This record gives sequence, structure tokens and C-alpha cells, in this order.
Amino acid sequence: MDYKSAGISDKEYEKILELLGRAPNDLETSLIGVMWSEHCSYKSTRKLLESFPKSGRHVAQGQGENAGVVDCGSGWGLAFKVESHNHPSAVAPYQGAATGVGGIIRDILAMGARPAVSMDGLFFGLPGSGKSRALASGIVEGVAGYGNAVGVATIGGKTFYDPCFEGNPLLNAFNCGFVRLDRIVSSKTARAGHLAVLLGAKTGRDGIAGASFASRELDQDSRESRPQIQIGDPFEEKLLIECCLELHAKGLIASMQDMGAAGILSSSSEIAHKSGVGIEIFCEKIPLREAMTPQEIFLSESQERMLLIVEPEKFDSVKEMAAHYALECVVIGNIVEGDRYRVFLNGELIADLPHSILGDAPLADWPSAEPEDAPGRGALPQGLKSADLAGDLLRLIGCECGRNKSEIWEQYDCQVQLRTVKGPGGQVSAITVPESDSLVTLSMEAEPWKCRANPFLGAAETMAQSLRIQVVSGAEALGMTNCLNFPSPENPENFFELSECVRGLAMVCEQMECPVVSGNVSLYNETSKGGIYPVPLVVTVGLVPHFAYFVRCGCAEEGDLVYLVGANGGSLGASRWQTICSSPSMTPLGTTVAFDARQEKAFAARALATSRKAVVRGARVIAGGGVAVALAKEALASGVGMRVDFGSCDMLSALFGEGGPRALYFVHSESADKFLSLWDGYPVVLLGRAEGSSLRIGGMREIGLDELRTAHFAGGLL
Amino acid sequence: MRSAVVVFPGSNCDRDVEKALLYMETGPVDMVWHDDAAFPHRPDLVVLPGGFAYGDYLRSGALAAKSRIMGAVRAHAEEGGLVLGICNGFQILAEAGLLPGALLPNASLRFICRPTYLRVENNDTPFTCSFADSEIVQFPIAHHEGLYYLPDDELDRLERNGRVVFRYADRESGDAGEAYSPNGSLRGIAGIINERGNVLGLMPHPERATVQGLIWGMDGKGVWRSLEEHFGAWEGK
Repeated sequence: MDYKSAGISDKEYEKILELLGRAPNDLETSLIGVMWSEHCSYKSTRKLLESFPKSGRHVAQGQGENAGVVDCGSGWGLAFKVESHNHPSAVAPYQGAATGVGGIIRDILAMGARPAVSMDGLFFGLPGSGKSRALASGIVEGVAGYGNAVGVATIGGKTFYDPCFEGNPLLNAFNCGFVRLDRIVSSKTARAGHLAVLLGAKTGRDGIAGASFASRELDQDSRESRPQIQIGDPFEEKLLIECCLELHAKGLIASMQDMGAAGILSSSSEIAHKSGVGIEIFCEKIPLREAMTPQEIFLSESQERMLLIVEPEKFDSVKEMAAHYALECVVIGNIVEGDRYRVFLNGELIADLPHSILGDAPLADWPSAEPEDAPGRGALPQGLKSADLAGDLLRLIGCECGRNKSEIWEQYDCQVQLRTVKGPGGQVSAITVPESDSLVTLSMEAEPWKCRANPFLGAAETMAQSLRIQVVSGAEALGMTNCLNFPSPENPENFFELSECVRGLAMVCEQMECPVVSGNVSLYNETSKGGIYPVPLVVTVGLVPHFAYFVRCGCAEEGDLVYLVGANGGSLGASRWQTICSSPSMTPLGTTVAFDARQEKAFAARALATSRKAVVRGARVIAGGGVAVALAKEALASGVGMRVDFGSCDMLSALFGEGGPRALYFVHSESADKFLSLWDGYPVVLLGRAEGSSLRIGGMREIGLDELRTAHFAGGLL
Repeated sequence: MRSAVVVFPGSNCDRDVEKALLYMETGPVDMVWHDDAAFPHRPDLVVLPGGFAYGDYLRSGALAAKSRIMGAVRAHAEEGGLVLGICNGFQILAEAGLLPGALLPNASLRFICRPTYLRVENNDTPFTCSFADSEIVQFPIAHHEGLYYLPDDELDRLERNGRVVFRYADRESGDAGEAYSPNGSLRGIAGIINERGNVLGLMPHPERATVQGLIWGMDGKGVWRSLEEHFGAWEGK
């Protein structure tokens, strides 16, 4: 077998010869090829990712397992992770998205946690162009179809539109679930003498070598990649969840691993490698849907399968439980002493590798070079002005990114399992913690335009923004997971942007003491038309210690005072206004506000204190579209108008500037003094009041709530 | 009141119904597996919960209607015992012939999850006796097949006999009917009862509007309260 067709470079092949002391046979070559693919090995990014802070006082399980776990108090942990399923969703939107949701749910299940709620990060081309609308509809239906049926609520996410995603939409699937802290499943607990048991669906030809598929650009041949698309069955997964949780509750399994990328191969070799034991797999014992070669069996990404590690005396009980749930359950191998990964076919040894060769892929070292046009991208055009401020505001709350997304999220069951305290459509989502008065808050953020214009500052702003949303809602951040979506790292400019984004995220995490507990990298997001903008997507998890401290959006009442905390006017650089309303259109230019740790900490301390004193009606972090859009959205959500004045200042930045730690607070006049004393030492401006049924901003045409509503609820995204 | 919640493979609101009943302190709750032939204890109330029983792969509720436990459910209903089918449970009751009509795909052909307003059309049932006549309540829906269908003449008969129990309505005006169906349901029908008045099916989820602190209110408590009242066990909780 030609090693190149297994995705192995000349240099890597030399390394294999050196490590193995012989030439690998065909099966071994393809096993190594998949495990050394970008998707499985993170070979291009592993070194970069080392800069993320990993530990913190809330971390119960850090990186290196199927998902991270943070301590939510009262003995409960939250396992969480976000993962991409971009390439499959581009080729087969419904199934690609559905199996993305199914896959991340199994990652959480593998930690011993009951998958509780999901979120989705969606990045689409503009709906009017190309196949974008069809892709978007298919992806949304896939997320809904799988999540709704498997009984896991989808309670929020991020939806973003830009032409760079045309033909290469992104689907990032997040899931989290609760697990007792003393019941976390580890992949380090397999011991010699244990059995390797396959639970769930039969293995078929779907998704063969999907990991390799995800490790190269999408091209005209991608349509022929349909066999590499997995097919999802949420019904089987629901049974798998119930069965695995019951097996775990009864102490019948020593460990478990989900079968995601590179299926049986990846799950079994990882567990052997991490547990420091050898493993023998017997090909002929694996239940198949169709006749398959050993190579196909090992690389198949058939869905809804789990690898269980079971003590021999417990296997009968395991099998009985599986039968109860009508699930197939078969011993496919043994855990043995040593360090070998061995595959047998009818008694014949057909692959024999040290598992370290599968688990420790060599790093790929790509050259990095700052894009030549970086200074141009980072420069905000001179003399920006608006001919019609009110018209611009209507455009911003009506553009694809700013529009109400209920046509998407009304397709998601956001309530099943009865945990949801705040569902989709706001800045933060919130769920109850079992047996406790506290809430877990989730915030998903991404800023492709800001990262395009300046990857370091853009990524820093993304992470800082997610943390601001946490503190304003009253939550202390416990940890973060991220999905790094980028084009090919082999292009030096792309690798530079990737490195800069990681540097930006790492800096903010370090400074704000928010550890990174899990993550995923998706590279080669490009088509013949070009690559996507850099999309480092982050999800932060926060804890509100009592539901009474939870600060919401959309509860302003007639007469409330409207305060802006933070500097008046952010940056127009790569803002929504600059990209959508100024010329050249859809071209993000200029840098966002630089991260300032001192300011952020001052903001966070006051926002948390404000939540604990319960002195405000509600709050909203300044996000896309600036203060103007925040005022408009609050007016729509609470059904009361706003009358505000910015005094004499640059109206354009005051209205539409973005970035930096800033928020609107809506405060009953009787609480004003308390509120101001809490924010002492930080910039605070009284902008005006919530009143009437229109938006009256000094220096701008009055806009009625009905006009705002019509623009915001324009629909037509799917 | 002793409740039995049937768990089909693919049910996903079974635990939510249990949670709601325990929250309301209605009494013991037995979770009963679809493949069991009988209930472990004689129940006062049997609940068929929402979800995707057997994946809803053939037709919503069609496979579940043939499962073993349905024999016991049918016998319980024939003896006059109370049966409540919510969402997928309603679809199963319709497929099993315990309630008339069919639940067709939503007019939008999309899954819809949102709060809806309902008008209580008949408060003289064990499931609704604590509601006021024509009370407007908010229960959420979450389904892909919720368009209630029955031929016109049979619909007339259903209406005449007061068997339409919940109808989609407008919160402000109190008007109810097809114009307010989120799913195209004929005549705005959200829930119906059988002739004997002991088997109720509805697409909206009362159990999702029961527990305090969650989205979309607590109007669903009225259903559990009614049942307790019916059994004389409600003590103004």
C-alpha cells in the first residue's frame, strides 16, 4: 500500500520505519495514517494548545479525557465539550449535523454524565446566495432531528452569516451533562484481564476514514465523499445513553469510550495507551452490517457505538442489561499486559504495533508568516460617516447576523429534561444544577470579522466577551471549551492567524483565570473559492450560586433608568456597522478594542457585586451593533421604548462601537444610588429612561417599536 | 393518587412527568417498561409520556401502540381507569384506537417548540376540573406531528359531546380556533377526551409547565391539581 494514500508524508513514513524498526504492512499503514491525521492527532496545533491554562480551583477533570469536568458544588460536576462537524455538514447537511450532535453527546456520556443540554454554533453563507439556504435548512433540521429525538434540549448557540462560509458552512456542536464528582469515568482504568466490549450499532461502511476526510480541503471530489458521511440514529443513541448510565450506576463497567473519529481504532488504542496496557482485538467478532475488510472495520465511523471495558465476571450482567435495551453487546477483545496494539483475524495476527505509535503522532511544523495585507485589514478607513443613523440601526437589527433567529431555534426542543431556566434567543443560556439552588450558565461566542481584521485582538475580544456575559448574568466562570475553525495550516498566513488566535485566547484565559478543560480543532475549512475567516469559537461555563442572583435581559420596565457602564464608544473596527453599513461592504476592517486585564477585572468584580445585591432589573452586555442595537433589542424584548441621549460626542462610535467591557443596566430609580455606589470607580453614564413605545435617541430619528419589530423579525433565513 | 408512567424505548419525557408528579407530591409514581405485561401496582392514573417511542420510525406512535404494556393500558381504560397521553402519548393513544383521529405533520412541516395558549373547553373532566370554564392557560408544545385530523362530521360529533378539552387560543381576546393553531390543527384542537371521559390526549406538555423557576410558566399544575381533586386528595397544595 502506498503510504501517501493513507495520508502519510515522506518524513512521517521515515519516522514510522524508525519507530517500528520495520516496514508496516498495509493494515498497519492505514491505522497509523488515520491516527496521524490532523483530525485525530492535532499534529498542527498540539504545540500551540499547550499555551492554554489547564488548571484552576473548579477543574475536576482537565484536558486529556473525552470531555472536561468542572465542579458545580453540592457534589455535582458538569462535563462539557464543543466539537466541529464542518466537513460532513458541508457535504450532507442533515446527516452531517445530526451526527455532529450525536457524537458530542457520546463524548459527554463517556464521562459517566447524563447529557443534559446542547448548543450549536452555526456559520452560514448569506441566505440569498448559492446553496447557502439549503445547507442552512438541512443543518438546522439535522441538529433538531437528532437532538429532539434523543431527548437532549438545545438551549442556545451562535448563528453567524458571511460569504466566506458559502460552500463551507460550520457546525460546532456543544454538549454538557451532570455527573457526580466521585463517579467520573476515566479512560485510564483499563487493566489486564478486562474485556473490550462493543455496545450498540453494528459496524458498516458509513463514515469510513471520515477523520482523513476532515483533514483536507473540500473540493469538487467532496461530493464523492458521501460514503465518508456517517448516518445517525437518535433512537439507538437514546437506548445507548440509558444503558450506559445504568451500567455505570450499577458499577458494571471499568471504563468506557465513545466511538467517534476513527471508530474502533481510536477508541480502543486511546484507552490502551492512556491506561498503559496492551489490547488485542478480534476482527471476526465485530458485528457487521455488511462484508468488510479489516481496514474498513477499523476506520468505520458508524454511529451509536460505545466501547466498554468490563471485568470478565460482570460481563453476563452487562449483556443482560444490553438485551433489556435491545442493544447488541459483544466481546471484541482483551486487555492484556504490555504496550502492544494487536489485531487478529481468525487467529492470525494481522497488525502488531506499539500503541504509543498510534497515540503519539509526530508534530507537524508549519511555517508561519504574517499576511502581507495585515496592516491594511487592521486599518479603519478614514472619514467614516452615516447618512442615516436610524436607517443603519434598522439594517443592523435586521441583517442576517442581527435578525431574530426564532425560525431556527423554534425547531429545537429547548425544554426536555426540565432544566432550562433561560433558553435560546439571549446572550446567555441557563440550567438548574441538580439538588441545588444554583444555576449553570453557558455562553457561546465567536467573532469572525474581528479575528479576520486582527486575529490576536479578535480572539481576545471573543473570549473576554464570553466572560463579560457570564459576570453580568451573575456567574463566576468555571471553565472554557473551544473549537478552532480555520483553513489549511499549510499556508503560512493561515498558520500565523491560527497561532495569533490561540495566543489571544490563552492570554485572556490566563489573565482572567478561566481554565481550558477541553476543545477541538477543525482545519482545512476551505473550498476552491478560498478559506473561511478565522473562527475560534469559545463556550464558557459559569455558576450562579443562587437563582435569585441571575440577572436577565429583556425585563426593563417603564420608568427604569438606563445606565451605560464602561467607556462611551468602543471601536468601529471590524464592527457590525463597519462591515455591513460602510463601504466597502462585507469587508471587515480595523481593529477592535485591545484587551485590558485591569479594566476587565474591575468590570467583573462590579458586575458580580451588582448581581449579589439584586439592585437591577436587568442588564445587557454591549455586543454586535454596539449600544444602539443593545437598546433596540432590550426595547423589543421587554416591550417598552427607550429615550436616551449621548450628549455631545462622536455619535457613530457611541451608537455602533463595539468591544471592551461595557454593558447596559436597567435600574429602578429607587435603586439608583445603590447601583452607582456599586460601580464607584468605573465609568458610568446615565443615558436616559425606558419609556413609551419607541426608540428615541438624541440626534437620531425616532423609531417606533413596531418598525423595529418588523426589521428584527424579518425571517427568511431558512 | 398512584401514577404509572409508561417508558417506551425512545420515550424522553418519562422522567419529566415523574419529576412533575413528585414535585406536586401527588403520591407514588411507578415507571413501567413497555415490555411488561402488567402494572406492578394498580394505578389510579396511567401516563403515556412524550418522546419518540421506537424512534417514531414507522409513523408516530404506530409501533408503540402494539407494545405489550398497551394491553394493560387498554384494560385499565376499559375498567374506567384514567389515562393521560401527552404529545407522543397522544399519538400512541390515537394509533391504539383509544382516542379517535390522527396526528399529522405540522402544516409548516417543521418541528415546533414554543409556548402556546389554550382555552379550557371542558372543565368537567377528571383532568381539568380545577380550571375555570374557558380559562386561558399557557402550556408549551414540542412536536413535529401535532395537526389533529378527523373528518368533519366526526369533528361535529366530538364537539357536540364536549370532547374537545383544550383548544389553541389567543391570550388577549380569549378567542380559540384554527387561526390560533401553531401546527394547523383542525378547529384549533389541542386535546380531546374519549366518550367515557377517562382517556385524555393532548399535544401540549403540562409537565413542562409545572416546576417553579423554569421557562414558560406553571399553568400545567392545574392538570395534576385536577386529578388530585378528582381523587379527593388535593389539599390546596
